[in-house]
Amino acid sequence: MSASSPTKSMTIGESGLTLTFAVTAFLCVFAAAKALDTAFAFHASLAAAASAASVFFILNRYFERGELPAQEINGRPNYNLGPIKFSSFMAMFWGIAGFAVGLIIASQLAWPALNFDLPWTSFGRLRPLHTSAVIFAFGGNVLLATSFYVVQRTCRVRLAGDLAPWFVVVGYNFFILIAGTGYLLGVTEGKEYAEPEWYSDLWLTIVWVVYLLVFLTTIIKRKEPHIFVANWFYLAFIVTIAVLHLGNNPALPVSFFGSKSYIAWGGVQDAMFQWWYGHNAVGFFLTAGFLAIMYYFIPKRAERPVYSYRLSIIHFWALIFLYIWAGPHHLHYTALPDWTQTLGMTFSIMLWMPSWGGMINGLMTLSGAWDKLRTDPVLRMLVVSVAFYGMSTFEGPMMSIKVVNSLSHYTDWTIGHVHSGALGWVGFVSFGALYCLVPWIWNRKGLYSLKLVNWHFWTATLGIVLYISAMWVSGILQGLMWRSYTALGFLEYSFIETVEAMHPFYIIRAAGGALFLIGSLIMAYNLWMTVRVGEEEVQSPVALQPAE
Amino acid sequence: MSFWQRHQVFEKNSIILVIGILLVIAIGGLVEITPLFYLKSTIEAVDGVRPYTPLELAGRNIYVREGCYLCHSQMIRPLRDEVERYGHFSLAAESMYDHPFQWGSKRTGPDLARVGNKYSDDWHVTHLTNPRAIVPQSIMPGYPFLKETELNADNVADHLKTLRAVGVPYTDDQIANAAADLKAQVDPDGPGAEALTKRYPKAVVRNFDGKAGAPTEMDALVAYLQMLGTLVDFKIYNEKANLR
Repeated sequence: MSASSPTKSMTIGESGLTLTFAVTAFLCVFAAAKALDTAFAFHASLAAAASAASVFFILNRYFERGELPAQEINGRPNYNLGPIKFSSFMAMFWGIAGFAVGLIIASQLAWPALNFDLPWTSFGRLRPLHTSAVIFAFGGNVLLATSFYVVQRTCRVRLAGDLAPWFVVVGYNFFILIAGTGYLLGVTEGKEYAEPEWYSDLWLTIVWVVYLLVFLTTIIKRKEPHIFVANWFYLAFIVTIAVLHLGNNPALPVSFFGSKSYIAWGGVQDAMFQWWYGHNAVGFFLTAGFLAIMYYFIPKRAERPVYSYRLSIIHFWALIFLYIWAGPHHLHYTALPDWTQTLGMTFSIMLWMPSWGGMINGLMTLSGAWDKLRTDPVLRMLVVSVAFYGMSTFEGPMMSIKVVNSLSHYTDWTIGHVHSGALGWVGFVSFGALYCLVPWIWNRKGLYSLKLVNWHFWTATLGIVLYISAMWVSGILQGLMWRSYTALGFLEYSFIETVEAMHPFYIIRAAGGALFLIGSLIMAYNLWMTVRVGEEEVQSPVALQPAE
Repeated sequence: MSFWQRHQVFEKNSIILVIGILLVIAIGGLVEITPLFYLKSTIEAVDGVRPYTPLELAGRNIYVREGCYLCHSQMIRPLRDEVERYGHFSLAAESMYDHPFQWGSKRTGPDLARVGNKYSDDWHVTHLTNPRAIVPQSIMPGYPFLKETELNADNVADHLKTLRAVGVPYTDDQIANAAADLKAQVDPDGPGAEALTKRYPKAVVRNFDGKAGAPTEMDALVAYLQMLGTLVDFKIYNEKANLR
């Protein structure tokens, strides 16, 4: 209470949020009491507790604080780093959790006894937990942390809003908690990568709109005339994910006090909506968002400008225009009309070009600084991620060709392709960004140990190589076995024989996953030590120029 | 003014940039999705497809809940080996009442679009309880809890009503009798069996899990699996009828 001054009064945000959360807490208690199923009661109780906690924290912060933080100190922007620290920490936490669940389900496929025949430990419930944890929890928190950092730096202003950025990062992680526990309890909409039920979807919509407002308002009040290229990609990611989320998830709950809902779309239309969403979750969440990271962190780390400004303009617009069309390649030879499949294939092949435009722009940024790859393992991680991006954006268009797809679809080849993108591109670019970001936001001179980064790099790379090569072999092998005929014209293999043939590759894949997980543990230790014992950086009196 | 200078309007105005992004990303989706709602050729006219019975629907919800779609597809492609392995290729009409669709994206296990009537109920119950008891090489998880868990059928009529609201043509009669129909489908000697098959043609009435008493989750899931792909009679289905 000591800090309160006589003129201090609550901001609209503080009083509004306190009131809203107080009302929400009561509504959630009511919903928990009326709940039709235990999962819904559990989630309503969680929401009630979280709302009550929010009221407490907002009021506590109000009584503790003096004036609101200044927008500028000594003519330099007073950057808001708290929410970024929170997201970075959560990214590391969810990353390890997500990789660990991935290792568990990979092992279940090799040794089915590991399912333990219990509902909440079986593959079907853990697999959405793995995908959501790595894509939305790990990837999402990396995107939140980096976007809030990059937009402040490149606009040279403090992040818009006082409580709003906190609402975004904490609210988003609460969404993850609800979604993840829901999967274990069997709460799912049954649509891949969009499994959260109606109430989690509604909550995410609110959080996402606030995210867009915070990001956009920060850009609007910028001190720089131009919007930096990384922010175009962040904007495209935020706006498009909002559209995709709304398009794919309109569901009608059976009861407002139960977790089950039915999706508005059915059959073939639902399939098209699903993969329009699914492929663009890849295109905008896992590509556009992480390209934004590439456009800020690689130039910054290499201390070189972005290779080509014109290339970034062309590949930005081409990428976001073409990606949206590519969804139907997940539905080749299905009951989706042929014309849609053909359109999807055509645009998927064209997509190769803007993808490689991005890769070239990222890689060539190193011209004049290639020697740094020898000495800086963080930069090496960032650059190898772009190389993986190039590889999987070549493989993707190839697999979207109908003839290739007739072999690859439904097999592990798809899983391998996804992971070369997810582990190699998204994983490595995120690791690289976090290795840069943590010393910056905690004001440290550098990382605790570059040697450990090197160890992380090589363990993870070896893991990825094991993973994707095992999946190439198993995928192509199984695809060929399914269509193999004897000389007499009978199908040569029963289905179960093709399952049996996968066993060695599933073990190799699990070993690859284990290496990747070990790498991330090394990283977590390294970052933890950087924050705990790293040497503090003395602020230079001259404002640094943002990368442009 | 060069092209690059003109582009500055996006680089200097955040709202124009957002509008530009929205316009550019809208086109692909609009072109590919909207026609699917009005082009008649999207879903062919086929006899036999009907909404799920209450018990089949409950089974389908268990199928979704346990994430079966993550390892089993329900979409047979018109390729020689698939048609020989699984049966006639899947028609759009066969999943027209599926909310959500369950075509799947991976075959860690075989396709299930036409698994109905391929195995006995007994086979399914044993296999779902412990897959390796029947198929030693199988890597499927066991679901022994299904036959121990009584089916939660409190608000089954609400499920039908919700589905009707999103476009599945359940009749008032079907909704009014939903709770009775659910129980009737596991009781072949009971009074409701005949009325059920009248409301849902080709519905199979059997004690699926072989246990007396109230329907279990196993009853529901097996009832669902046993009807998959059985609604359209391909002996009389005319492929040419839908060419236009």
